[in-house]
Amino acid sequence: MARITAGVATSHIPALGVAVDLGKTEEAYWTPAFAGYDWTKAWEAEQKPDVVILVYNDHASAFDMKIIPTFAIGCAEEYEPADEGWGPRQVPNVVGHPDLAWHIAQSLILDEFDMTIINEMTVDHGLTVPLSMMFGQPAAWPCKVIPIAVNVVTYPPPSGNRCWALGEAIARAVESFPDDLNVQVWGTGGMSHQLQGPRAGLINAPWDNDFLDGLVGDSDRLRHMPHIDYLREAGSEGIELVMWLIMRGSLGTSTRLLHRHYHVPASNTAVGHIVLEPT
Amino acid sequence: MTSPRDIHAYLAEFDDIPGTRVYTAKRARQGYQLNQFAMSLMKPENRERWKADEAAYLDDWKITPEQKQAVLDRDYNRLLDLGGNIYFLAKVFSTDGLSFLQAVSTMSGMSVEDYSAMMVAGGRSPEGVRSIKANAAGANAAASPADTKDVGDS
Repeated sequence: MARITAGVATSHIPALGVAVDLGKTEEAYWTPAFAGYDWTKAWEAEQKPDVVILVYNDHASAFDMKIIPTFAIGCAEEYEPADEGWGPRQVPNVVGHPDLAWHIAQSLILDEFDMTIINEMTVDHGLTVPLSMMFGQPAAWPCKVIPIAVNVVTYPPPSGNRCWALGEAIARAVESFPDDLNVQVWGTGGMSHQLQGPRAGLINAPWDNDFLDGLVGDSDRLRHMPHIDYLREAGSEGIELVMWLIMRGSLGTSTRLLHRHYHVPASNTAVGHIVLEPT
Repeated sequence: MTSPRDIHAYLAEFDDIPGTRVYTAKRARQGYQLNQFAMSLMKPENRERWKADEAAYLDDWKITPEQKQAVLDRDYNRLLDLGGNIYFLAKVFSTDGLSFLQAVSTMSGMSVEDYSAMMVAGGRSPEGVRSIKANAAGANAAASPADTKDVGDS
């Protein structure tokens, strides 16, 4: 039987991907950001997940304004890195797990989540940067990936509560898949950042750390936080943190903290990263 | 169920954040063609046509004269007001060879150097930039002008 063994969350800052790709991770500016991932790299090498369900948002790469799915699940065999305007990242193609992905899609729809099914798309930095942060620069990614794309660009994005409930439904779907698979759920995006307007550059470290606190243990207070609180406190792009609640919801009623990292700044944003296991 | 029951109240709150344009349905409709224009710059052949004659390239899109001028001016705050979205507009400044940090600093009215220094020092504090109404209510109290001097209302 497939089982969710851990949850991982991380910012997916494009500049971190660029630093990896250009060999700049040892530069003084970047080392504090990357150091917080050393523990996780070693841990992931031991854990050897078979599949990562990776929750992310597309940044006007695969999707434009023609179609805006609130929740979409990738059921493809393989995904190529997107050309975000300066050529695709030189990272391995992302290999999917269509059997599990279709199983999850069917289960979620019967569970009353109206998923959009994606059979062809490219994946942008929102998905590939987290893989680089956890796995470095391998010749091939060491696990299969099921992308779950969430609209956090055009309002309204899904509520925190809905995201948490989707995570719970993903857990039910995974548990009903017959193959013996070690599955992790990753939530990506965030933490506090604002990339637009005169208020650009907003960073709220106390709020970010309180959000990290809320992911650990058995409190579900974060699922009830309204969108406006993310916008006021964590900046307009801080809303991406609702995607972390899909990861948190998938871990069940209680979690235990394995690793935590927070650093400011990396480019325009705060770096947040946490590793949890269900208890 | 924790979603707001009153969509009007939900949307109205987004107009209360200083220096922030939330990408609501109203903006998405207003900026549809503008954002799709920006998206078109992801293709190399389109970037070449764009660079050769920006104004002519824009004539192929059903965007308003105001939007057209704001694109030519690279006035990103104006473009946000006219329905642009930052992830789409990024295709324009990427084509110009600018990074997010360089482009974002222009929206905040700061030089790239000052903006970078602010980020290295921990970023822009949320103090004084959470709510336009709260700022107005506190104007006679102990509000610090230094907290808001770089942030205009949207």
